[in-house]
Amino acid sequence: MKLVTAIIQPDKLEAVRQSLIDAEISRLTVSRCTGHGQEIPGEVDLYRGQSVVPDLLAKVRLDVACNDDFVEVAVAAIIRAARSGTGEIGDGKIFITPLEECIRIRTGERGSAAI
Amino acid sequence: MIGLALDPSLALGQDAPVIDSGATAWMLTSTSLVLLMTPGLAMFYGGLVRTRNVLGTMMHAFAAMAIVGVLWAVCGYAMAFGPNVLGGWFGWDSNLVLLGGLENSVVGSDDSLVPEYVFAMFQGKFAIITPALIAGAFAERVKFLGFCVFVALWSLLVYNPLCHWVWAGDGFFYARGAIDFAGGTVVHISSGISALVAALYLGARKGYPGTAMHPNNLTMTLIGAGLLWVGWFGFNAGSAVSSGESSAHALTVTQIAASAGALSWLILEGIRHGKATSLGLASGIIAGLVVITPAADVVTPGGAIVLGALASLVSYGAIQLKTVFGYDDSLDVFGIHGCAGIFGALALTFFIRESWVTANTGEGWSVMSQFGVQAGAVGATLVYAGLATLVLVVLIEKTIGLRMSEDEQGAGMDHALHREHGYGLLNPN
Repeated sequence: MKLVTAIIQPDKLEAVRQSLIDAEISRLTVSRCTGHGQEIPGEVDLYRGQSVVPDLLAKVRLDVACNDDFVEVAVAAIIRAARSGTGEIGDGKIFITPLEECIRIRTGERGSAAI
Repeated sequence: MIGLALDPSLALGQDAPVIDSGATAWMLTSTSLVLLMTPGLAMFYGGLVRTRNVLGTMMHAFAAMAIVGVLWAVCGYAMAFGPNVLGGWFGWDSNLVLLGGLENSVVGSDDSLVPEYVFAMFQGKFAIITPALIAGAFAERVKFLGFCVFVALWSLLVYNPLCHWVWAGDGFFYARGAIDFAGGTVVHISSGISALVAALYLGARKGYPGTAMHPNNLTMTLIGAGLLWVGWFGFNAGSAVSSGESSAHALTVTQIAASAGALSWLILEGIRHGKATSLGLASGIIAGLVVITPAADVVTPGGAIVLGALASLVSYGAIQLKTVFGYDDSLDVFGIHGCAGIFGALALTFFIRESWVTANTGEGWSVMSQFGVQAGAVGATLVYAGLATLVLVVLIEKTIGLRMSEDEQGAGMDHALHREHGYGLLNPN
């Protein structure tokens, strides 16, 4: 079991979610988050004519717990939808971490079956 | 609204008419109340869109305050309330440009004179909110510059002529005896049909109808609906341009119709879905207020209950049609303002109080003859505003552009168009 964590641009969320569903991966957790990769200083906000460089940029984080067979499927689905294709920085990152255990609260099932 | 053929003999200094301070005080208050409706509308619409579009949507209403506020003073009032030109298409009086000649001028009936400055400003608030209403139909997908140009041109070419037809003493509708006390045709039907035409031409939002588009803040929408309700007392009771029986009557039926509209929508949702919703309640309030607008001085309190209750049914039904036809009138401008406005302008004919008939009609008047006049005014408004809006949106889209790109829509208006964010929910610092 692995935990696939993706940090993506907020406006790619709908496309990535659809892409995962198309790949038959429907269990995901979505959180709002902030941070930055290579893109500082990047976007500029305007407040009363003053340019303000936000030091933390809005991102969306997806967490998908999956069995080993599905890891590459999930990664491919995320990349397919989250890559802007412009070649510019800021499309995001994917992290894969080993998953110790997964428990379904309703039944108490554990491991791969619970995912 | 009384039709006003501006009478130069009323200028102070000739027979020095006495300004009615009570009427003037009420009209100053009404003007402020009607202005408050536009920020109320900004909150109503702003709460209904997605988080990423909240500022861009609220800016539409506020931008109308800026643009039309200037245009009305420069030439709008002259076009709306000057004498007929170009066969009555609109009015024009060069003395009224930049509100010149209003210095010592008064308007109103002999026993209820108010400074013309107050009347001009009161009318100017109607001119502001009408194009702001249209913005709900193409919410979340128009460029800011394109929208501003649309508002300016629509105000000049659609609102001002219609305002002249309905409320100037020599306007088409007024001369034919069409009843439109506070703007059923000129405000609600015109904005409703223009909204539908613009929404159809511009197409749906990216992802509509497949993607869920949840309102970002229904609490703000409810506050906006509340402000609209309060402001509407100025809208309708101020349209008496006096402070007396007519304004009292208008205020009373406005309150009753709004309550009836709200109650009717709640009951309808309860029957159909088993649950009442806050957005349904807010929609019912607006439907009730819209339907009573043309009828405020003429219908009985009982008629106001019937009109308000039926307005919610009409609007609810019209919104279901959106699903059937698949167009994206995002915030139901046509469904509520257009349809309740059309219904009110026509159905008021059957609820006119006897005392109004006695005082205002002559030989040969009948309910059906009045219905014909009402239908003519509604039809002319639909055709004129619809066609003119189509020309404007095509023109703007083909030149400076009106519809946002798919990428801009994805990022949201706030960030893509204004480089701002409505909420700081994401910022830990």
